[in-house]
Amino acid sequence: MFKSVREQLGKRSDMIVLVNGVETPAWDGETVASVLLRVPGAGRRSPVSGTPRLPYCQMGVCFECLAIVDGIASTQGCLVPVRPGMRIESQRGPREISR
Amino acid sequence: MDADVIVVGGAVVGAALAYGCAKQGQEVIVLDGHDQDMRAARANFGLVWVQGKGSNAPAYHQLSRQSADLWPGFLRELTETIGMQVDYSRPGGMIYCLSEAEYETREALNKRTHNYVPRNDTRMVDRRELERMMPAVGFGPEVVGASYCEADGHVNPLQLLAALQRGIVAAGGKMLFRNTVESIEPGPRGFTVKAALGTYAAPRVVVAAGLATPALTDPIGFKIPLRSERGQLLVTERLQPFLPYPGSGLRQTADGTVMIGATKEDATDRGVTVASATTLALRATRIIPALASAQLVRQWSGFRVMPPDGCPIYAESAAHPGLFAAACHSGVTLAAVHAAIVAPAMLEGRLSTDLAAFSNGRFDVQKCA
Amino acid sequence: MSYDVAIVGAGPAGMSAAIRLREFGASVVVIDEQPSPGGQIFRGIERNASSPVFPALGKDYQKGQALAAAFRVSGAEYLPSTQVWQIEDGWNLYLTAEGKAQRIAARAVLLANGAQERPVPFAGWTLPGVMTVGAAQILLKSGGMLPEGKVWIAGAGPLPLLYATQLLNLGGRIAGFLDTSTPPRLSALRRLPGAWRDFGGLLKGLRWLRGIKRSGIIVRGFSDLRAEGNEHLEHLTWEMEGKRHRVEADVLLVHEGVVPRIHETLALGCAHHWNDEQGYLAAKVDRWGESSRKSLFVAGDASGIGGWLAATISGEIAALGIAGRLGISSETDRLRKRAHLDRRRKRALALRPFLDAMYPPPRNRLPDDVIACRCEEVTAGAIRAAARNSPADPSAVKAATRCGMGPCQGRQCGYTVQALLAEVHGLPVSEVRFFHIRPPLKPVTLGEIASLEKADRAT
Repeated sequence: MFKSVREQLGKRSDMIVLVNGVETPAWDGETVASVLLRVPGAGRRSPVSGTPRLPYCQMGVCFECLAIVDGIASTQGCLVPVRPGMRIESQRGPREISR
Repeated sequence: MDADVIVVGGAVVGAALAYGCAKQGQEVIVLDGHDQDMRAARANFGLVWVQGKGSNAPAYHQLSRQSADLWPGFLRELTETIGMQVDYSRPGGMIYCLSEAEYETREALNKRTHNYVPRNDTRMVDRRELERMMPAVGFGPEVVGASYCEADGHVNPLQLLAALQRGIVAAGGKMLFRNTVESIEPGPRGFTVKAALGTYAAPRVVVAAGLATPALTDPIGFKIPLRSERGQLLVTERLQPFLPYPGSGLRQTADGTVMIGATKEDATDRGVTVASATTLALRATRIIPALASAQLVRQWSGFRVMPPDGCPIYAESAAHPGLFAAACHSGVTLAAVHAAIVAPAMLEGRLSTDLAAFSNGRFDVQKCA
Repeated sequence: MSYDVAIVGAGPAGMSAAIRLREFGASVVVIDEQPSPGGQIFRGIERNASSPVFPALGKDYQKGQALAAAFRVSGAEYLPSTQVWQIEDGWNLYLTAEGKAQRIAARAVLLANGAQERPVPFAGWTLPGVMTVGAAQILLKSGGMLPEGKVWIAGAGPLPLLYATQLLNLGGRIAGFLDTSTPPRLSALRRLPGAWRDFGGLLKGLRWLRGIKRSGIIVRGFSDLRAEGNEHLEHLTWEMEGKRHRVEADVLLVHEGVVPRIHETLALGCAHHWNDEQGYLAAKVDRWGESSRKSLFVAGDASGIGGWLAATISGEIAALGIAGRLGISSETDRLRKRAHLDRRRKRALALRPFLDAMYPPPRNRLPDDVIACRCEEVTAGAIRAAARNSPADPSAVKAATRCGMGPCQGRQCGYTVQALLAEVHGLPVSEVRFFHIRPPLKPVTLGEIASLEKADRAT
């Protein structure tokens, strides 16, 4: 859905992050929410109906970008910049709490 | 006359009584207050609870038990009429014990209550049994066990209130919102109730205005002693179902959220404090450490309506027969008896015989002396 | 930790207030959700100077560089990537950052937390592929992201035009622009004399519109826009001249103006006023930016939408107000005059009355099947049904439907519920309350809250 300007200019990505276990190129300055928009099927699923959702506001007020980031569920993806090796997992439905 | 019965207060106690009256074929008007008024059902934790209730007051304990037993039928009838879903289940409930001392105290309390209950459905479960009953839960190291009562259950109190209000209308009653009652005047053939939007007359008036009750009844010599007690509650984001039993102070709702409550405070404002949130979060995470990762979505406070001895008051004025008051802090648990037992007893003049233990006369110092 | 002033938000208002307060020697802490200063308007300003998107973002954006640089050297303590989840009287601010909670104390608080885009529900707005124009612009500023495929923009106001221009300058394409603005009304034109003072701003708008016309089609005078697709956006449909139109679409960006962030001031019990023309609530402030609560100040868009330049100046005014309130300066009136703050602010706001009249919030009837509350998926129809069984009280609707009980805490559905209650009960919207806002103001875990026990014992 979105693509980096620099990728269009043929530049190499700045880092690799893991999206649901898959190595994914990422760009300096982008947020977890931005990655969710670039990787098909990476968005969350509503805990109410299970319908798919993607980040909507990018400014911390819609909570559509919730994801599991480095093991921490319900992280607001739009507020977290990517870091090399970051593990991003889709939050599908109501989150689980570990035993 | 505008109605057979005027109920003052449209929250969970008033609405259950009004629903009960309307189902008896009475014409009922409910006068509800301001939007911002306290409604216990909107602050309520949502337990339909038996264990520990009235551990020193057999009549109250038995009334709670009777109500809990009536609940499934009461709710079925209510929701069938209005076609609305109310989340309710009765898997039994837990009171967690975080030390040997807590465990022993609870065990002693259960034994005391056993003396006056018809069947023994409350027992202590040790940690091993608790883990067997709730395989998806990792309990904290301090959890010694729990007291488990098969009669306990839980309900969504917000849906209950909405359902009762719709039930009143479905049974032919009227809900008049934003119509705060200012005074009740006894007359030769009934009562005149002055409210914000008009004046209403009826032969019977039931005051169920929570903490505002004394201000309406005291001026006409009908003393209803009450004090308020603030409670703060927390609710988390939706989680996968993992907690199959409601507990005192910790339950997972049908929506998946986890409710944590409630403090007991003397404060009189409706604020919430981080200090109380900390106390509540600490106890919840001591019971289930994994809850530490759950996000808090909302914190709120409400006021318990507390008669001096903690037991409900159902009373008819001696000076002005036909004027009733109902006040208690367990309006959700008691909703079923309010509709099925208390309302008919008021209408049929059986309050002083059938529910004598709950009269306001019990607070009369001179009588006791 | 204890400070003279705690500032919430490191956008134009927060940064300029911090700079000014530091000049007085006050101890200042600035708390911001974002990883770097700038707010939404200057998002990524420090990093973007070397980015290929920088020239395309325009001159106004570039002005943020100097402000951010001055803020960095101001000596204010800066807590980035930090959220304020509760503020208690006195003032105590409870923060969370990287999973750790902490409490700080301050003698005065300045809320400079800005605005959010006005949530405008329509059929399909929860579908992946639909997002706001502001969101797309933030993606451009943070990471240089451009939308791909058939990109549609729907809405009104300066931002869609500005964003579209930025996108086109970077080689992006726009399939079409669904213009929801109503033709200029007399009331708007009457405000023009004042607006001419910012003639440049108007010209910019017209230039932007021409650019869009060259890229794609412009649609006006339509109704009932619907975003449709299976699992993600596939096409848009709308009603026009009695016919249903349909186009393919991959991305739909929507925008209907911005509204102040009010959860903090509502939770703190500040008095608010209803801006009927723009359909939003804002905290009432005095001429120094002080709210109805003593030593609690509000500056920038949070106290009423005025744009970044007015926000910068109102931040400076609030800084003077705080200095006066705390007894740090006794000549705040003189300083205010000397810096021409009132004249500069008036100038910065010159175009605002025209824009406000030009771009009123949409007031069309919401179809029953449209989701109003994104979090709990409550439809307009369900809210209407609950409203018919209750007084015109959002708490009653919330209790009956769970609308507003999800993680966004009513930030997306608050005004919709208000409008629907007004519609059902036949009241002006201004006579219906907003949700009762309860803490926490931002998500915080039970573990973080519980950890405060140990922290408090240790001190």
